[in-house]
Amino acid sequence: MNNSAPLPGSGALRAEFPILERKVHGQALVYLDNAATTQKPRCVIDKLTECYTQWNANVHRGVHLLSQEATEHYEGARSVVARFIGAKTSDEIVFVRGATEGINLVAQTLGRTLLGAGDEVLITALEHHSNIVPWQLVCRERGATLVVCPITDAGELVPGAFESLLTPRTKIAAFTWVSNALGTVNPVAGMCAAAQRAGAITFVDACQAVPHFRVNVQTIGCDFLVFSGHKVYAPNGSGVLWGRKAVLDTMPPWQGGGDMISSVTFEASTWNRVPHKFEAGTPDYPAAAGLATALTWLDAVGMERVQAHETALLALATNRVGELPGVRIIGTAAQKASVLSFVIAGIHPHDIGTILDRKGVAIRAGHHCAQPVMDRLGLPATARASFGVSNNSADIDALVDSIRMVQKLFGS
Amino acid sequence: MSELEDLYQEMILGHAKAPRNFGRLEPCNAQAQGYNPLCGDRIGVSLLLSDGRIADVRFDGAGCAICTASASLMTESVKGRTRPEIDAVFHRVHDLVTGKGNRDDPLLGKLAVFGGVSEFPMRVKCATLPWHTLNAAFDQSSTPVSTE
Repeated sequence: MNNSAPLPGSGALRAEFPILERKVHGQALVYLDNAATTQKPRCVIDKLTECYTQWNANVHRGVHLLSQEATEHYEGARSVVARFIGAKTSDEIVFVRGATEGINLVAQTLGRTLLGAGDEVLITALEHHSNIVPWQLVCRERGATLVVCPITDAGELVPGAFESLLTPRTKIAAFTWVSNALGTVNPVAGMCAAAQRAGAITFVDACQAVPHFRVNVQTIGCDFLVFSGHKVYAPNGSGVLWGRKAVLDTMPPWQGGGDMISSVTFEASTWNRVPHKFEAGTPDYPAAAGLATALTWLDAVGMERVQAHETALLALATNRVGELPGVRIIGTAAQKASVLSFVIAGIHPHDIGTILDRKGVAIRAGHHCAQPVMDRLGLPATARASFGVSNNSADIDALVDSIRMVQKLFGS
Repeated sequence: MSELEDLYQEMILGHAKAPRNFGRLEPCNAQAQGYNPLCGDRIGVSLLLSDGRIADVRFDGAGCAICTASASLMTESVKGRTRPEIDAVFHRVHDLVTGKGNRDDPLLGKLAVFGGVSEFPMRVKCATLPWHTLNAAFDQSSTPVSTE
């Protein structure tokens, strides 16, 4: 840990986010929509500028110096990501556009070859649409069944349900580490162990985990893990699919094109080695370099400090918002990270979102791309505040004050 | 008046809290469902048509204050009217909420209260969803209408 790095939530750290200087409807921006996307620290923005002003060239191709430098930045980024999540080798890091692409990649390659009629893919009722629909598509194509582990009213997996739904037919178990809609933290290590005992491949959606606490793929024991760069202070267009090399090696390619081939003739082509086999076309190397910068920056701030800070903020927000009359917190799991979903009696979340926005407070209102979660809890939508490394208790004050204003405006 | 107070006027909040003509019309001879996937608003409109006029109309569903008030005031406005008359009113409402209209237009009547929506482009669909759903009911569309 670099002790000179600013503390989470401090003025010095907030000063690293240029966007926090802007005004929204004449008010200071209070950004509480980190679960949708995070803002970028200056070092990440500068990295993109550096790419386009210093070393922009196509990777893995040219003999010229710029291409060599671009390749070094791109492959160097792969090593940074590998170290950050505890991968054994950077060959296990596949760069993708985001988690959605990573999930589709595995569903369309491994899913298509592994699943047959009568087989099952086990997911949970907490999934984001992106960890439902790709499995739904491949299940339909292969005659397999999508099985869903139910949740309680608190938003936790029903105890024992996940294990009891694992059968010899379960070929893939895919689940989120942290619910984007409710903030529930799932016991992924235990789930991976149970699924692997049943002979299933395990796939963890870590989008809402990687920004908030230390993630190590060896500790979890999964076969695959995905996350999106844009949710972890990195540029849009960066994302990571990590897979165990032994499994990646067995998978057919996904998209065809440049970079993923070893040789091409009109009769047949052979594939490049993992991970390049899964990276058809010119990759978004500026975004990958920006991702490495973001993860290095986050490491300097310190994941332990990030987690401690955000845990304290979530507890403060839960108490302050939860004690407001007429406000109900949605998602009361014992283990939560970063997300505070709530509803106000008689006021639709969309109205809450509009009124908060006029006070400069940016939250999400809606189903959070997790309609089955909303259906299960009998709600059309919730308002969601989600926290990140730059937020502090003044942001919670602004949230609480603006919720009071909503209630005043609606006369409740 | 602030833009927020202009958006959430007393009449809109009143209709949102106590919507008129709420429920399902039985019997009815036309109905449709409307859905805004962005925010989850769902509106159902059921009509009793007689001699080309709306003899009775109701709406149900769950939506935000703007959507619910729009549906409520719409049902009051369209009763007894023909489709061409309703098209003309919706045209004015659409112009109003997209900033091209005029609150003093006599055809709008009470619907002028939605003038504040034009300052909130993200909320235009909330105000228009009930009208699109009413049109779908007229068309006897079997598939739900969507604002997307």
